[in-house]
Amino acid sequence: MSDLQAFREEVRAWLDANCPASMRWGTEIGNGGLGDGLCWGGKKYKPADPDEKVWLERMVARAWTAPTWPKIYGGGGLSKEQAKIIADEMRRLRCKPALVGFGLAMIGPLLLEHGNEEQKLRFLPEIVRGEVRWCQGYSEPGAGSDLAGVQARAVREGDFYVVNGQKVWTSYADKADWMFMLVRSDVEKPKHEGISFMLIDMEQPGVSVRPIRLISGQSPFCETFLEDARVSAEHVIGGVNNGWTMAKALLGHERSMISEAFNESEDKNELVSAARRYVGADSGGRVGDAALRDRIAQLTMDKICLELTLKRTKEAAKLGNQPGPEASIFKYYATELNKDRTALVVGILGPQGLGWEGEGFGDDEFGNTRAWLRARGNSIEGGTSEVQLNIIAKRVLGLPD
Amino acid sequence: MGLVLSEDQQMLKKAAADFVKKLSPVSRVRALRDSDDAVGFSRELWTKMAELGWPAIPIPEEAGGLGMGSLEMACVLEECGRNLVPEPLLSTVLLGAGAVVRGGTEAQKADLLPRVADGSLLMALAYQERNSRYDLACCSARAEKKGSGYVLSGEKALVLDGHVADTIVVVVRSAGAERDRHGLSLFLVERGAAGVEVVRQKTMHLRQAAILRMNGVEVSSDALVGSLGEGLAVLEDVIDRATVGLCAEMIGNMTATFEMTLEYLKTRKQFGVVIGTFQALKHRAAKMFVELELARSSVLGACAALDLGAPGARELISVAKARCSDAGVLIGYEGLQMHGGIGMTDEHDVGFFVKRLRGSEMTFGDGAYHRDRFAALQGF
Repeated sequence: MSDLQAFREEVRAWLDANCPASMRWGTEIGNGGLGDGLCWGGKKYKPADPDEKVWLERMVARAWTAPTWPKIYGGGGLSKEQAKIIADEMRRLRCKPALVGFGLAMIGPLLLEHGNEEQKLRFLPEIVRGEVRWCQGYSEPGAGSDLAGVQARAVREGDFYVVNGQKVWTSYADKADWMFMLVRSDVEKPKHEGISFMLIDMEQPGVSVRPIRLISGQSPFCETFLEDARVSAEHVIGGVNNGWTMAKALLGHERSMISEAFNESEDKNELVSAARRYVGADSGGRVGDAALRDRIAQLTMDKICLELTLKRTKEAAKLGNQPGPEASIFKYYATELNKDRTALVVGILGPQGLGWEGEGFGDDEFGNTRAWLRARGNSIEGGTSEVQLNIIAKRVLGLPD
Repeated sequence: MGLVLSEDQQMLKKAAADFVKKLSPVSRVRALRDSDDAVGFSRELWTKMAELGWPAIPIPEEAGGLGMGSLEMACVLEECGRNLVPEPLLSTVLLGAGAVVRGGTEAQKADLLPRVADGSLLMALAYQERNSRYDLACCSARAEKKGSGYVLSGEKALVLDGHVADTIVVVVRSAGAERDRHGLSLFLVERGAAGVEVVRQKTMHLRQAAILRMNGVEVSSDALVGSLGEGLAVLEDVIDRATVGLCAEMIGNMTATFEMTLEYLKTRKQFGVVIGTFQALKHRAAKMFVELELARSSVLGACAALDLGAPGARELISVAKARCSDAGVLIGYEGLQMHGGIGMTDEHDVGFFVKRLRGSEMTFGDGAYHRDRFAALQGF
């Protein structure tokens, strides 16, 4: 038996013995990977289920929450192949992730690549253990698509920076302990060259948070206000005024996370199930409304084409090819498609898609309606569709400014 | 699933690209059209293609072919599509010989396929009629039993390269009414046989086609391809495989259209700047690129499924044809619009591609047809 095979056997046995039954996915499908109902950790974390905490502690004890991070920073120190085996076996046994969040997915990887030794030792171990929850402070009321226009001002005073300004669309800021953010550290320089990437402790008098209600209802988004908030000078990542480079490194990551999230394969076609229930069939078993049927076929095919393109890119990457230009289309296409699909589901529901809350509608119907409204934001957050098309035009097609 | 070309496949594609670039510029198609050439392609070039093994690609090895998959065929057809290469790969190899590969007797295979593979025999498939649209079962041309053989009569339309094909596989009805799914039979007919009349058709999309009239054409029972009355299954299989080939050619058409449009956006100046600086055009160009990449994936997916004999292959073929049909027309129209007035002139090549893409959209079923078929195959 090869070492990897032995490792696989060990992982499988350990997971089976240690992952509590309630921490296995049931028949419900993941909610597009957006993370509700999962453990995000942090100081304010209250487990929804005692098993969730047990599962987290067991995984943390093995450092399998961050299997490939170096041991010195609290990670598992495993190879990519070993990490893949853990992921495979978790999928096979339907184990939920023990810990998710912006720490593991975003700031952690950025620190590993661009942080200095002190920063890595200071922040990474507590991310691995799920002790600190992170949020992202990028957008501002005046800096959306034009992210480099951030105005939140950081002024050096001794060992600290004093920061004033406002961040918006800070997901889960009300639940987070720390925030990574872009601030203007030099007003004299051209706008891309006067930005720094800083880490700020949210637990201080100068930071206040207000949740944002969306057209779909509740949302994880917040506004975050910074009034003479203090950031240690040691918590600037990648060097002063080098924040834009850090931001670009992270944004690419965020976009691939978003497009991947919309591409979780499902076993059944929810458009067809909805049509069966709300539209009925003709004598030949076809969806009763020919126009809806055509639209369902179209969007089902669109999804297949997107999945094939993702698969093609992954296969090419495995063969060691550089990512091809097709990679740039994912954020754009996946989010546009999700808008179309969620809108079509509500169209299939017809008047039963008009409920907001209370009597006369089912939870699934409310869910579909809110998912449709929420999805309108998919092509705005993480870089609008228009920004994505600009990137394709410039970087891939080489069209001039 | 192999969605990335292997080294061998990349080499085949590169060789095809070099060949097409060197020997078959679009200007050649234009010259053939302008001179109203009686053949519409070059027999000499066809011989050269046969020397490279192109017509042998999908022919089984035991019948003198290379026994390769639809992905290898797609590599060649895509490159041909870039310059609208008019030689009869689709008609002779995928349609005519395809019917023999899928339904023929051992004797028919041994007789015909080696000659297709070496380029000496041209074939065609006469499956459409004037009112059949995309319904493969729609057929009123008939076969009547006579002695030990059959007598064929009726008219077939838009027979690709039917004006020069030596041997034509004809779909006729041996039983049933015009649109019945049962009762179709396939027969081999020699173009020169008594009672066969071939009239060339001029098409919008620069393909060579012909009307085939059969006035009491007598054939022996040896000419039957597949089982009597059960021809539809063979026909559907052949058309499916040809559809994938056509899609690959459409990817080539789209790539060429997109590249010439992109080049135009980077060079054409108005208001003192190149028009590619305008965001209204940039975004549309980016969308063309997205469509092209998705279409490319859909064709690779269909090829892979077909070559693996995967159960969902027919669905994926419909996904590919619907995508290529709609993306092809979009890219053609957008390319034309972005070229402005010059694109409307016959002198510019973009119009050739618009016509070909629209013609291919309306060959083997358009987007709506394949969405309907896909839905039916998926059980909704």
